[in-house]
Amino acid sequence: MSTTTLDQPVRTVATRVERPNPPSPLSASLTLGWRSVLKIRRIPEQLFDVTFQPVIFILMFVYLFGGAVAGSTQEYLQFVLPGILVQTVVMASLYTGISLNTDIGKGIFDRFRSLPIWRPAALVGALLADSIRYVVAAVVCLAVGMAMGFRPGGGVAAVVAACLLVLVFAFSLSWIFAFLGLTMRSAGAVQGVSMLAMFPLTFASNVFVDPSTMPGWLKAWVDVNPVSQLVTAVRGIMAGNPDAGAIGWSLVGCAVLVAVFAPLTVRAYRRKS
Amino acid sequence: MTPLAIEAHGLVKTFGENRAVDGVDLAVRAGTVYGVLGPNGAGKTTTVRMLTTLLRPDGGSARVLGHDVVDDADEVRKFIGLTGQYASVDEDLTGTENLVLQSRLVGLSRSQSKARAAELLESFDLTEAASRPVKHFSGGMRRRIDLAASLVVTPDVLFLDEPTTGLDPRSRGQVWDIVRDLVAGGTTVLLTTQYLDEADQLADRIAVIDRGTVIAEGTSAELKASVGRSSLHLRLADEAQRDLAERLVAQTLDTIPHRTPEAAVITAPVADPDLVADLMIRLRAEGVGIDEIGVQRPSLDEVFLTLTGHAADDDTERSAA
Repeated sequence: MSTTTLDQPVRTVATRVERPNPPSPLSASLTLGWRSVLKIRRIPEQLFDVTFQPVIFILMFVYLFGGAVAGSTQEYLQFVLPGILVQTVVMASLYTGISLNTDIGKGIFDRFRSLPIWRPAALVGALLADSIRYVVAAVVCLAVGMAMGFRPGGGVAAVVAACLLVLVFAFSLSWIFAFLGLTMRSAGAVQGVSMLAMFPLTFASNVFVDPSTMPGWLKAWVDVNPVSQLVTAVRGIMAGNPDAGAIGWSLVGCAVLVAVFAPLTVRAYRRKS
Repeated sequence: MTPLAIEAHGLVKTFGENRAVDGVDLAVRAGTVYGVLGPNGAGKTTTVRMLTTLLRPDGGSARVLGHDVVDDADEVRKFIGLTGQYASVDEDLTGTENLVLQSRLVGLSRSQSKARAAELLESFDLTEAASRPVKHFSGGMRRRIDLAASLVVTPDVLFLDEPTTGLDPRSRGQVWDIVRDLVAGGTTVLLTTQYLDEADQLADRIAVIDRGTVIAEGTSAELKASVGRSSLHLRLADEAQRDLAERLVAQTLDTIPHRTPEAAVITAPVADPDLVADLMIRLRAEGVGIDEIGVQRPSLDEVFLTLTGHAADDDTERSAA
Protein backbone atom coordinates (compact mmCIF):
# COMPACT_ATOMS: atom_id res chain seq x y z
CA MET A 1 0.00 0.00 0.00
CA SER A 2 1.47 3.29 -1.01
CA THR A 3 1.40 6.15 1.45
CA THR A 4 1.55 8.99 -1.04
CA THR A 5 -0.38 12.00 0.12
CA LEU A 6 -2.81 13.42 -2.34
CA ASP A 7 -1.52 16.99 -2.20
CA GLN A 8 0.32 16.68 -5.45
CA PRO A 9 -1.76 14.24 -7.52
CA VAL A 10 -5.16 15.86 -6.98
CA ARG A 11 -4.08 18.75 -9.18
CA THR A 12 -5.00 16.66 -12.21
CA VAL A 13 -8.44 16.12 -10.75
CA ALA A 14 -9.05 19.79 -10.52
CA THR A 15 -7.86 20.32 -14.06
CA ARG A 16 -11.11 21.15 -15.72
CA VAL A 17 -12.34 18.53 -18.15
CA GLU A 18 -15.17 20.09 -20.10
CA ARG A 19 -18.26 18.01 -20.56
CA PRO A 20 -18.67 16.85 -24.16
CA ASN A 21 -22.07 16.38 -25.76
CA PRO A 22 -23.98 13.52 -24.16
CA PRO A 23 -23.77 10.20 -26.03
CA SER A 24 -26.51 9.20 -28.47
CA PRO A 25 -29.19 6.77 -27.26
CA LEU A 26 -27.57 3.97 -29.28
CA SER A 27 -24.10 4.69 -27.97
CA ALA A 28 -25.31 4.85 -24.36
CA SER A 29 -27.25 1.58 -24.75
CA LEU A 30 -24.26 -0.20 -26.29
CA THR A 31 -21.94 1.11 -23.56
CA LEU A 32 -24.28 -0.20 -20.88
CA GLY A 33 -24.61 -3.48 -22.79
CA TRP A 34 -20.82 -3.72 -22.76
CA ARG A 35 -20.96 -3.42 -18.99
CA SER A 36 -23.26 -6.43 -18.75
CA VAL A 37 -20.99 -8.44 -21.05
CA LEU A 38 -18.02 -7.61 -18.80
CA LYS A 39 -20.03 -8.90 -15.86
CA ILE A 40 -20.67 -12.21 -17.65
CA ARG A 41 -16.93 -12.55 -18.21
CA ARG A 42 -16.24 -11.74 -14.57
CA ILE A 43 -18.85 -14.16 -13.21
CA PRO A 44 -19.15 -17.00 -15.73
CA GLU A 45 -21.25 -19.04 -13.26
CA GLN A 46 -24.22 -16.95 -14.34
CA LEU A 47 -24.14 -18.88 -17.61
CA PHE A 48 -24.99 -22.20 -15.90
CA ASP A 49 -28.67 -21.92 -16.79
CA VAL A 50 -27.85 -21.62 -20.49
CA THR A 51 -25.10 -24.26 -20.59
CA PHE A 52 -25.47 -27.17 -18.19
CA GLN A 53 -29.21 -26.92 -17.76
CA PRO A 54 -30.11 -27.51 -21.42
CA VAL A 55 -27.62 -30.39 -21.63
CA ILE A 56 -29.30 -32.09 -18.69
CA PHE A 57 -32.77 -31.40 -20.08
CA ILE A 58 -31.91 -32.81 -23.49
CA LEU A 59 -30.25 -35.96 -22.13
CA MET A 60 -32.97 -36.51 -19.57
CA PHE A 61 -35.98 -36.00 -21.79
CA VAL A 62 -34.62 -37.82 -24.81
CA TYR A 63 -33.52 -40.95 -22.94
CA LEU A 64 -36.26 -40.91 -20.29
CA PHE A 65 -39.30 -40.29 -22.49
CA GLY A 66 -38.02 -40.82 -26.03
CA GLY A 67 -38.92 -44.52 -26.30
CA ALA A 68 -42.28 -44.13 -24.57
CA VAL A 69 -43.45 -40.94 -26.27
CA ALA A 70 -42.17 -41.31 -29.81
CA GLY A 71 -41.20 -44.96 -30.15
CA SER A 72 -37.45 -44.27 -30.33
CA THR A 73 -35.01 -41.83 -28.81
CA GLN A 74 -33.81 -40.75 -32.27
CA GLU A 75 -37.27 -39.85 -33.43
CA TYR A 76 -38.05 -38.00 -30.19
CA LEU A 77 -34.80 -36.06 -30.46
CA GLN A 78 -35.88 -34.63 -33.83
CA PHE A 79 -39.14 -33.53 -32.19
CA VAL A 80 -37.98 -32.27 -28.80
CA LEU A 81 -34.73 -30.50 -29.61
CA PRO A 82 -36.26 -27.35 -31.14
CA GLY A 83 -38.65 -27.33 -28.18
CA ILE A 84 -35.93 -27.52 -25.56
CA LEU A 85 -33.99 -24.83 -27.41
CA VAL A 86 -37.01 -22.55 -27.18
CA GLN A 87 -37.64 -23.48 -23.54
CA THR A 88 -34.03 -22.79 -22.53
CA VAL A 89 -33.89 -19.41 -24.22
CA VAL A 90 -37.31 -18.40 -22.90
CA MET A 91 -36.31 -19.43 -19.37
CA ALA A 92 -33.04 -17.51 -19.73
CA SER A 93 -34.98 -14.31 -20.35
CA LEU A 94 -36.16 -14.50 -16.75
CA TYR A 95 -32.66 -13.63 -15.64
CA THR A 96 -33.09 -10.09 -17.01
CA GLY A 97 -35.55 -9.25 -14.25
CA ILE A 98 -33.45 -10.75 -11.50
CA SER A 99 -30.28 -8.96 -12.55
CA LEU A 100 -32.07 -5.63 -12.96
CA ASN A 101 -33.56 -5.93 -9.51
CA THR A 102 -30.14 -6.71 -8.01
CA ASP A 103 -28.52 -3.82 -9.85
CA ILE A 104 -31.08 -1.36 -8.60
CA GLY A 105 -30.63 -2.57 -5.04
CA LYS A 106 -26.92 -1.80 -5.28
CA GLY A 107 -27.39 1.80 -6.32
CA ILE A 108 -25.43 1.69 -9.54
CA PHE A 109 -28.61 2.67 -11.37
CA ASP A 110 -28.82 5.88 -9.38
CA ARG A 111 -25.54 6.90 -10.84
CA PHE A 112 -26.74 6.11 -14.36
CA ARG A 113 -29.93 8.02 -13.72
CA SER A 114 -28.01 11.09 -12.62
CA LEU A 115 -26.24 11.22 -16.01
CA PRO A 116 -27.51 13.13 -19.04
CA ILE A 117 -28.11 9.95 -21.05
CA TRP A 118 -31.21 8.59 -22.77
CA ARG A 119 -33.09 7.18 -19.82
CA PRO A 120 -34.05 3.73 -21.11
CA ALA A 121 -30.43 3.11 -22.19
CA ALA A 122 -29.66 1.11 -19.04
CA LEU A 123 -32.63 -1.17 -19.73
CA VAL A 124 -31.97 -1.58 -23.42
CA GLY A 125 -28.28 -2.23 -22.74
CA ALA A 126 -29.08 -4.95 -20.22
CA LEU A 127 -31.57 -6.55 -22.59
CA LEU A 128 -29.11 -6.46 -25.48
CA ALA A 129 -26.41 -8.13 -23.39
CA ASP A 130 -28.85 -10.84 -22.43
CA SER A 131 -29.05 -11.72 -26.12
CA ILE A 132 -25.54 -13.11 -25.73
CA ARG A 133 -26.88 -15.53 -23.15
CA TYR A 134 -29.57 -16.57 -25.59
CA VAL A 135 -27.01 -17.22 -28.31
CA VAL A 136 -24.98 -19.35 -25.91
CA ALA A 137 -28.12 -21.31 -25.01
CA ALA A 138 -28.99 -21.91 -28.67
CA VAL A 139 -25.47 -22.98 -29.57
CA VAL A 140 -25.25 -25.40 -26.63
CA CYS A 141 -28.63 -26.96 -27.45
CA LEU A 142 -27.74 -27.39 -31.11
CA ALA A 143 -24.26 -28.75 -30.40
CA VAL A 144 -25.56 -31.36 -27.97
CA GLY A 145 -28.45 -32.21 -30.26
CA MET A 146 -26.24 -32.64 -33.33
CA ALA A 147 -23.83 -34.79 -31.35
CA MET A 148 -26.74 -37.02 -30.37
CA GLY A 149 -28.00 -37.27 -33.94
CA PHE A 150 -30.30 -34.29 -34.49
CA ARG A 151 -30.38 -33.50 -38.21
CA PRO A 152 -32.28 -30.34 -39.22
CA GLY A 153 -33.60 -30.80 -42.75
CA GLY A 154 -33.49 -27.10 -43.61
CA GLY A 155 -29.72 -26.75 -43.42
CA VAL A 156 -27.53 -24.13 -41.80
CA ALA A 157 -29.41 -21.09 -43.06
CA ALA A 158 -32.70 -22.43 -41.72
CA VAL A 159 -31.19 -23.17 -38.31
CA VAL A 160 -29.76 -19.64 -38.10
CA ALA A 161 -33.11 -18.15 -39.12
CA ALA A 162 -34.94 -20.23 -36.51
CA CYS A 163 -32.50 -19.14 -33.80
CA LEU A 164 -32.97 -15.50 -34.79
CA LEU A 165 -36.71 -15.88 -34.36
CA VAL A 166 -36.15 -17.35 -30.90
CA LEU A 167 -33.84 -14.44 -29.99
CA VAL A 168 -36.40 -11.88 -31.07
CA PHE A 169 -39.04 -13.65 -29.03
CA ALA A 170 -36.84 -13.83 -25.92
CA PHE A 171 -35.90 -10.15 -26.25
CA SER A 172 -39.60 -9.28 -26.43
CA LEU A 173 -40.52 -11.53 -23.52
CA SER A 174 -37.70 -10.18 -21.35
CA TRP A 175 -39.55 -6.83 -21.14
CA ILE A 176 -42.08 -8.59 -18.88
CA PHE A 177 -39.32 -9.70 -16.57
CA ALA A 178 -37.64 -6.31 -16.73
CA PHE A 179 -40.95 -4.82 -15.64
CA LEU A 180 -41.19 -7.27 -12.75
CA GLY A 181 -37.56 -6.60 -11.88
CA LEU A 182 -38.28 -2.90 -11.56
CA THR A 183 -41.51 -3.17 -9.63
CA MET A 184 -40.93 -6.07 -7.24
CA ARG A 185 -39.31 -5.65 -3.89
CA SER A 186 -36.53 -8.25 -4.05
CA ALA A 187 -34.71 -10.47 -6.50
CA GLY A 188 -36.22 -13.50 -4.76
CA ALA A 189 -39.73 -12.18 -5.33
CA VAL A 190 -38.95 -11.56 -9.01
CA GLN A 191 -37.74 -15.12 -9.37
CA GLY A 192 -40.80 -16.54 -7.61
CA VAL A 193 -43.35 -14.65 -9.67
CA SER A 194 -41.46 -15.20 -12.91
CA MET A 195 -41.25 -18.95 -12.37
CA LEU A 196 -44.98 -18.99 -11.74
CA ALA A 197 -45.49 -17.52 -15.21
CA MET A 198 -42.75 -19.63 -16.75
CA PHE A 199 -44.16 -23.08 -16.00
CA PRO A 200 -47.51 -22.74 -17.81
CA LEU A 201 -45.68 -20.99 -20.67
CA THR A 202 -43.03 -23.63 -21.24
CA PHE A 203 -44.45 -26.92 -19.92
CA ALA A 204 -48.10 -26.39 -20.91
CA SER A 205 -47.06 -26.19 -24.53
CA ASN A 206 -46.02 -28.46 -27.37
CA VAL A 207 -42.36 -28.36 -26.29
CA PHE A 208 -42.27 -31.94 -25.02
CA VAL A 209 -45.32 -33.70 -26.44
CA ASP A 210 -47.84 -33.49 -29.26
CA PRO A 211 -50.90 -31.84 -27.69
CA SER A 212 -53.42 -34.01 -29.63
CA THR A 213 -53.88 -36.40 -26.68
CA MET A 214 -54.41 -33.63 -24.10
CA PRO A 215 -57.81 -32.85 -22.52
CA GLY A 216 -59.73 -30.13 -24.36
CA TRP A 217 -59.25 -27.31 -21.88
CA LEU A 218 -55.48 -27.83 -21.77
CA LYS A 219 -55.25 -28.18 -25.53
CA ALA A 220 -57.13 -24.90 -25.89
CA TRP A 221 -54.45 -23.13 -23.85
CA VAL A 222 -51.58 -24.95 -25.53
CA ASP A 223 -52.85 -23.88 -28.93
CA VAL A 224 -52.94 -20.18 -28.04
CA ASN A 225 -49.79 -20.25 -25.92
CA PRO A 226 -47.30 -18.04 -27.77
CA VAL A 227 -44.51 -20.45 -26.85
CA SER A 228 -46.35 -23.23 -28.74
CA GLN A 229 -46.63 -21.00 -31.77
CA LEU A 230 -42.95 -20.27 -31.56
CA VAL A 231 -42.01 -23.94 -31.16
CA THR A 232 -44.16 -24.87 -34.16
CA ALA A 233 -42.52 -22.10 -36.17
CA VAL A 234 -38.99 -23.16 -35.14
CA ARG A 235 -39.67 -26.84 -35.88
CA GLY A 236 -41.01 -25.93 -39.30
CA ILE A 237 -38.10 -23.69 -40.20
CA MET A 238 -35.48 -26.15 -39.00
CA ALA A 239 -37.13 -29.05 -40.82
CA GLY A 240 -37.13 -27.05 -44.04
CA ASN A 241 -40.89 -26.47 -44.38
CA PRO A 242 -41.67 -23.19 -42.63
CA ASP A 243 -45.19 -22.70 -41.28
CA ALA A 244 -46.10 -19.16 -42.25
CA GLY A 245 -49.04 -19.03 -39.83
CA ALA A 246 -46.99 -20.01 -36.79
CA ILE A 247 -44.18 -17.62 -37.76
CA GLY A 248 -46.69 -14.84 -38.21
CA TRP A 249 -48.35 -15.45 -34.86
CA SER A 250 -44.99 -15.61 -33.10
CA LEU A 251 -44.05 -12.23 -34.50
CA VAL A 252 -47.43 -10.80 -33.56
CA GLY A 253 -46.85 -12.14 -30.04
CA CYS A 254 -43.46 -10.37 -29.95
CA ALA A 255 -44.97 -7.11 -31.14
CA VAL A 256 -47.72 -7.24 -28.53
CA LEU A 257 -45.26 -8.02 -25.72
CA VAL A 258 -43.01 -5.10 -26.65
CA ALA A 259 -45.91 -2.73 -27.27
CA VAL A 260 -47.39 -3.43 -23.85
CA PHE A 261 -44.41 -4.04 -21.61
CA ALA A 262 -41.74 -1.73 -23.04
CA PRO A 263 -43.73 1.44 -22.20
CA LEU A 264 -44.77 0.03 -18.81
CA THR A 265 -41.16 -0.84 -18.01
CA VAL A 266 -39.78 2.50 -19.10
CA ARG A 267 -42.45 4.25 -17.06
CA ALA A 268 -41.65 2.17 -13.99
CA TYR A 269 -37.97 2.97 -14.51
CA ARG A 270 -38.59 6.72 -14.72
CA ARG A 271 -40.66 6.65 -11.57
CA LYS A 272 -38.34 4.39 -9.64
CA SER A 273 -37.41 6.08 -6.40
CA MET B 1 -23.18 38.68 -4.28
CA THR B 2 -22.30 35.53 -6.22
CA PRO B 3 -25.17 33.70 -7.91
CA LEU B 4 -26.83 30.72 -6.30
CA ALA B 5 -25.76 27.30 -7.52
CA ILE B 6 -28.48 25.48 -5.60
CA GLU B 7 -31.73 26.87 -4.28
CA ALA B 8 -34.56 24.91 -2.71
CA HIS B 9 -37.86 26.23 -1.46
CA GLY B 10 -40.09 24.20 0.80
CA LEU B 11 -38.98 20.79 -0.50
CA VAL B 12 -41.24 17.98 0.73
CA LYS B 13 -40.99 14.23 0.26
CA THR B 14 -43.25 11.77 2.01
CA PHE B 15 -42.93 7.99 2.11
CA GLY B 16 -46.30 6.75 3.27
CA GLU B 17 -46.88 8.25 6.69
CA ASN B 18 -43.33 9.41 7.06
CA ARG B 19 -42.52 12.99 6.01
CA ALA B 20 -38.87 12.29 5.29
CA VAL B 21 -38.28 15.84 4.08
CA ASP B 22 -40.68 18.39 5.43
CA GLY B 23 -40.15 21.82 3.91
CA VAL B 24 -36.41 22.22 3.34
CA ASP B 25 -35.07 25.59 2.12
CA LEU B 26 -31.50 25.85 0.92
CA ALA B 27 -29.45 28.54 -0.77
CA VAL B 28 -25.93 27.62 -1.85
CA ARG B 29 -23.68 30.21 -3.44
CA ALA B 30 -21.59 29.15 -6.43
CA GLY B 31 -18.02 28.14 -5.64
CA THR B 32 -18.61 27.32 -2.00
CA VAL B 33 -18.89 24.18 0.11
CA TYR B 34 -22.22 23.78 1.77
CA GLY B 35 -22.60 21.28 4.58
CA VAL B 36 -25.88 19.57 5.38
CA LEU B 37 -25.48 18.22 8.85
CA GLY B 38 -27.78 15.85 10.64
CA PRO B 39 -28.15 12.43 12.20
CA ASN B 40 -29.23 9.26 10.37
CA GLY B 41 -32.77 9.51 9.10
CA ALA B 42 -32.86 13.31 9.26
CA GLY B 43 -33.70 13.52 5.55
CA LYS B 44 -30.26 14.36 4.14
CA THR B 45 -30.12 11.62 1.52
CA THR B 46 -33.71 12.20 0.43
CA THR B 47 -32.93 15.89 -0.05
CA VAL B 48 -29.87 15.09 -2.14
CA ARG B 49 -31.85 12.61 -4.24
CA MET B 50 -34.40 15.30 -5.03
CA LEU B 51 -31.74 17.88 -5.88
CA THR B 52 -30.03 15.39 -8.22
CA THR B 53 -33.29 14.58 -10.09
CA LEU B 54 -33.45 11.00 -8.80
CA LEU B 55 -36.56 11.57 -6.75
CA ARG B 56 -39.54 13.77 -7.56
CA PRO B 57 -40.42 16.19 -4.77
CA ASP B 58 -43.97 15.93 -3.42
CA GLY B 59 -43.94 19.64 -2.68
CA GLY B 60 -41.81 22.74 -3.11
CA SER B 61 -39.27 23.38 -5.84
CA ALA B 62 -35.55 23.34 -6.38
CA ARG B 63 -33.18 24.73 -8.97
CA VAL B 64 -29.60 23.77 -9.73
CA LEU B 65 -27.68 26.44 -11.64
CA GLY B 66 -31.03 27.97 -12.50
CA HIS B 67 -32.54 24.77 -13.94
CA ASP B 68 -35.61 23.31 -12.30
CA VAL B 69 -34.91 19.76 -11.03
CA VAL B 70 -38.29 18.49 -12.23
CA ASP B 71 -39.09 20.41 -15.41
CA ASP B 72 -35.53 20.73 -16.59
CA ALA B 73 -34.05 17.52 -15.18
CA ASP B 74 -32.00 16.68 -18.29
CA GLU B 75 -30.35 20.07 -18.17
CA VAL B 76 -29.54 19.65 -14.45
CA ARG B 77 -27.91 16.27 -15.12
CA LYS B 78 -25.45 17.89 -17.51
CA PHE B 79 -23.86 19.91 -14.74
CA ILE B 80 -23.88 17.74 -11.66
CA GLY B 81 -21.86 14.92 -10.20
CA LEU B 82 -23.14 12.62 -7.48
CA THR B 83 -21.39 10.31 -5.08
CA GLY B 84 -23.08 8.70 -2.16
CA GLN B 85 -24.52 5.77 -0.38
CA TYR B 86 -26.92 5.27 -3.26
CA ALA B 87 -24.82 6.25 -6.24
CA SER B 88 -21.87 3.96 -6.46
CA VAL B 89 -19.83 2.03 -8.97
CA ASP B 90 -20.18 -1.54 -10.22
CA GLU B 91 -18.59 -3.92 -7.73
CA ASP B 92 -18.01 -6.65 -10.28
CA LEU B 93 -16.03 -4.42 -12.64
CA THR B 94 -12.46 -3.27 -12.13
CA GLY B 95 -11.44 0.28 -11.30
CA THR B 96 -10.42 0.95 -14.89
CA GLU B 97 -13.59 -0.56 -16.33
CA ASN B 98 -15.79 1.50 -14.06
CA LEU B 99 -14.06 4.75 -14.98
CA VAL B 100 -14.06 3.97 -18.70
CA LEU B 101 -17.76 3.12 -18.46
CA GLN B 102 -18.46 6.37 -16.70
CA SER B 103 -16.38 8.36 -19.19
CA ARG B 104 -18.16 6.79 -22.16
CA LEU B 105 -21.52 7.59 -20.60
CA VAL B 106 -20.75 11.28 -20.31
CA GLY B 107 -19.77 11.28 -23.96
CA LEU B 108 -15.97 10.99 -24.08
CA SER B 109 -14.59 8.98 -26.96
CA ARG B 110 -13.07 5.55 -26.48
CA SER B 111 -9.48 6.79 -26.41
CA GLN B 112 -10.29 9.84 -24.28
CA SER B 113 -12.07 7.55 -21.83
CA LYS B 114 -9.08 5.28 -21.44
CA ALA B 115 -6.77 8.23 -20.95
CA ARG B 116 -9.06 9.87 -18.41
CA ALA B 117 -9.51 6.61 -16.47
CA ALA B 118 -5.76 6.15 -16.22
CA GLU B 119 -5.29 9.77 -15.17
CA LEU B 120 -7.91 9.55 -12.43
CA LEU B 121 -6.60 6.24 -11.09
CA GLU B 122 -3.17 7.83 -10.85
CA SER B 123 -4.53 10.95 -9.14
CA PHE B 124 -6.50 8.95 -6.62
CA ASP B 125 -3.62 6.62 -5.82
CA LEU B 126 -5.47 3.62 -7.23
CA THR B 127 -3.16 2.59 -10.06
CA GLU B 128 -2.17 -0.63 -8.31
CA ALA B 129 -5.82 -1.60 -7.98
CA ALA B 130 -6.74 -0.61 -11.53
CA SER B 131 -7.36 -4.16 -12.73
CA ARG B 132 -8.94 -5.53 -9.55
CA PRO B 133 -12.72 -5.80 -9.18
CA VAL B 134 -14.01 -3.01 -6.96
CA LYS B 135 -15.52 -5.46 -4.47
CA HIS B 136 -11.99 -6.30 -3.34
CA PHE B 137 -11.18 -2.64 -2.60
CA SER B 138 -10.72 -1.39 0.95
CA GLY B 139 -13.24 1.13 2.33
CA GLY B 140 -11.04 4.13 1.56
CA MET B 141 -10.19 2.95 -1.96
CA ARG B 142 -13.84 2.26 -2.57
CA ARG B 143 -14.80 5.78 -1.62
CA ARG B 144 -12.06 7.22 -3.81
CA ILE B 145 -13.19 5.24 -6.87
CA ASP B 146 -16.77 6.37 -6.20
CA LEU B 147 -15.55 9.94 -6.10
CA ALA B 148 -13.37 9.52 -9.18
CA ALA B 149 -16.38 8.22 -11.11
CA SER B 150 -18.14 11.53 -10.44
CA LEU B 151 -15.16 13.48 -11.75
CA VAL B 152 -14.59 12.03 -15.21
CA VAL B 153 -15.68 15.42 -16.38
CA THR B 154 -15.50 18.30 -13.94
CA PRO B 155 -18.96 18.83 -12.48
CA ASP B 156 -20.14 22.37 -11.86
CA VAL B 157 -22.01 21.17 -8.82
CA LEU B 158 -20.92 18.09 -6.93
CA PHE B 159 -23.18 16.33 -4.44
CA LEU B 160 -21.44 14.17 -1.87
CA ASP B 161 -23.72 12.12 0.30
CA GLU B 162 -21.82 11.17 3.45
CA PRO B 163 -18.50 10.91 1.63
CA THR B 164 -16.46 9.85 4.64
CA THR B 165 -18.84 7.73 6.71
CA GLY B 166 -16.95 4.70 7.94
CA LEU B 167 -13.54 5.83 6.72
CA ASP B 168 -10.33 5.78 8.73
CA PRO B 169 -8.84 9.20 9.53
CA ARG B 170 -6.22 9.08 6.77
CA SER B 171 -8.74 8.21 4.04
CA ARG B 172 -11.01 10.88 5.44
CA GLY B 173 -8.24 13.45 5.12
CA GLN B 174 -7.69 12.38 1.51
CA VAL B 175 -11.35 12.91 0.67
CA TRP B 176 -11.22 16.32 2.34
CA ASP B 177 -8.16 17.26 0.27
CA ILE B 178 -9.97 16.29 -2.91
CA VAL B 179 -12.99 18.37 -1.98
CA ARG B 180 -10.85 21.43 -1.20
CA ASP B 181 -9.04 21.05 -4.47
CA LEU B 182 -12.24 20.80 -6.46
CA VAL B 183 -13.59 23.92 -4.86
CA ALA B 184 -10.36 25.71 -5.66
CA GLY B 185 -11.05 24.72 -9.28
CA GLY B 186 -14.45 26.39 -9.18
CA THR B 187 -16.81 23.51 -8.37
CA THR B 188 -19.66 24.05 -5.93
CA VAL B 189 -19.94 21.22 -3.41
CA LEU B 190 -22.91 20.21 -1.33
CA LEU B 191 -22.00 17.54 1.16
CA THR B 192 -24.04 15.77 3.77
CA THR B 193 -22.43 14.47 6.89
CA GLN B 194 -23.16 13.20 10.35
CA TYR B 195 -19.76 14.40 11.48
CA LEU B 196 -19.82 17.77 13.06
CA ASP B 197 -16.09 18.29 12.67
CA GLU B 198 -16.32 17.49 8.97
CA ALA B 199 -18.84 20.26 8.41
CA ASP B 200 -16.69 22.51 10.58
CA GLN B 201 -13.55 21.70 8.56
CA LEU B 202 -14.93 21.93 5.04
CA ALA B 203 -18.12 23.88 4.81
CA ASP B 204 -18.43 27.62 4.25
CA ARG B 205 -22.01 27.44 5.43
CA ILE B 206 -23.89 24.73 7.25
CA ALA B 207 -27.54 23.76 7.43
CA VAL B 208 -28.43 21.66 10.44
CA ILE B 209 -31.24 19.33 9.51
CA ASP B 210 -33.34 17.24 11.86
CA ARG B 211 -36.52 15.28 11.18
CA GLY B 212 -36.88 16.67 7.69
CA THR B 213 -36.49 20.38 8.43
CA VAL B 214 -33.63 22.85 8.59
CA ILE B 215 -33.38 23.87 12.22
CA ALA B 216 -30.41 26.21 11.89
CA GLU B 217 -28.33 27.72 9.12
CA GLY B 218 -25.20 29.79 9.04
CA THR B 219 -21.43 29.68 9.11
CA SER B 220 -19.77 27.39 11.58
CA ALA B 221 -18.84 30.38 13.73
CA GLU B 222 -22.39 31.73 13.65
CA LEU B 223 -23.82 28.41 14.70
CA LYS B 224 -21.39 28.18 17.56
CA ALA B 225 -22.08 31.76 18.58
CA SER B 226 -25.81 31.00 18.66
CA VAL B 227 -25.11 28.75 21.58
CA GLY B 228 -23.47 31.74 23.21
CA ARG B 229 -21.06 30.85 25.95
CA SER B 230 -17.75 29.13 26.26
CA SER B 231 -17.61 25.76 27.84
CA LEU B 232 -15.42 24.09 30.41
CA HIS B 233 -14.01 20.68 29.74
CA LEU B 234 -12.54 18.94 32.79
CA ARG B 235 -11.08 15.46 32.99
CA LEU B 236 -10.48 14.14 36.51
CA ALA B 237 -7.51 12.02 37.48
CA ASP B 238 -9.79 9.94 39.69
CA GLU B 239 -13.41 9.49 38.74
CA ALA B 240 -14.34 8.71 42.34
CA GLN B 241 -13.97 12.43 43.03
CA ARG B 242 -16.63 13.31 40.50
CA ASP B 243 -19.36 14.33 42.94
CA LEU B 244 -17.03 16.61 44.85
CA ALA B 245 -15.69 18.12 41.63
CA GLU B 246 -19.17 18.74 40.30
CA ARG B 247 -20.11 20.54 43.47
CA LEU B 248 -17.03 22.76 43.25
CA VAL B 249 -17.72 23.54 39.59
CA ALA B 250 -21.32 24.42 40.37
CA GLN B 251 -20.36 26.70 43.29
CA THR B 252 -17.39 28.43 41.71
CA LEU B 253 -18.81 29.02 38.23
CA ASP B 254 -22.41 29.44 39.35
CA THR B 255 -23.55 26.97 36.70
CA ILE B 256 -24.97 23.48 36.28
CA PRO B 257 -22.39 20.95 35.07
CA HIS B 258 -23.36 18.38 32.39
CA ARG B 259 -22.86 14.72 33.01
CA THR B 260 -21.06 13.13 30.08
CA PRO B 261 -20.92 9.48 29.09
CA GLU B 262 -17.34 9.39 30.33
CA ALA B 263 -17.33 9.09 34.10
CA ALA B 264 -14.20 11.19 34.55
CA VAL B 265 -15.27 14.07 32.29
CA ILE B 266 -17.31 17.05 33.39
CA THR B 267 -18.42 19.80 31.04
CA ALA B 268 -20.14 23.02 32.00
CA PRO B 269 -21.18 26.25 30.33
CA VAL B 270 -19.00 29.15 31.45
CA ALA B 271 -20.27 32.71 31.55
CA ASP B 272 -16.96 34.26 32.59
CA PRO B 273 -13.82 32.32 31.62
CA ASP B 274 -11.79 34.20 34.29
CA LEU B 275 -13.60 32.24 36.97
CA VAL B 276 -11.93 29.05 35.74
CA ALA B 277 -8.70 30.17 37.43
CA ASP B 278 -10.60 30.36 40.73
CA LEU B 279 -11.97 26.89 40.06
CA MET B 280 -8.50 25.46 39.56
CA ILE B 281 -7.32 26.93 42.86
CA ARG B 282 -10.29 25.45 44.71
CA LEU B 283 -9.79 22.04 43.08
CA ARG B 284 -6.17 22.09 44.27
CA ALA B 285 -7.24 23.18 47.76
CA GLU B 286 -9.72 20.31 48.00
CA GLY B 287 -7.20 17.79 46.65
CA VAL B 288 -9.01 17.00 43.38
CA GLY B 289 -6.51 15.80 40.77
CA ILE B 290 -6.84 17.06 37.18
CA ASP B 291 -5.87 15.14 34.05
CA GLU B 292 -6.94 17.77 31.57
CA ILE B 293 -8.75 21.09 31.71
CA GLY B 294 -9.76 23.56 29.05
CA VAL B 295 -12.11 26.36 28.13
CA GLN B 296 -13.37 26.16 24.55
CA ARG B 297 -15.83 27.69 22.18
CA PRO B 298 -18.70 25.19 22.07
CA SER B 299 -18.25 22.34 19.61
CA LEU B 300 -20.82 21.66 16.93
CA ASP B 301 -21.86 18.67 19.01
CA GLU B 302 -22.95 21.06 21.70
CA VAL B 303 -24.60 23.27 19.11
CA PHE B 304 -26.58 20.30 17.90
CA LEU B 305 -27.57 19.36 21.41
CA THR B 306 -28.74 22.88 22.12
CA LEU B 307 -30.67 23.19 18.86
CA THR B 308 -32.42 19.86 18.87
CA GLY B 309 -32.63 18.97 22.51
CA HIS B 310 -31.07 15.61 21.73
CA ALA B 311 -27.57 14.49 20.85
CA ALA B 312 -26.48 14.05 17.24
CA ASP B 313 -26.20 10.28 17.53
CA ASP B 314 -29.48 9.85 19.35
CA ASP B 315 -31.47 8.37 16.52
CA THR B 316 -32.74 5.15 18.00
CA GLU B 317 -36.39 5.97 17.49
CA ARG B 318 -36.11 7.07 13.91
CA SER B 319 -35.78 4.84 10.91
CA ALA B 320 -33.00 5.59 8.47
CA ALA B 321 -34.52 7.06 5.33
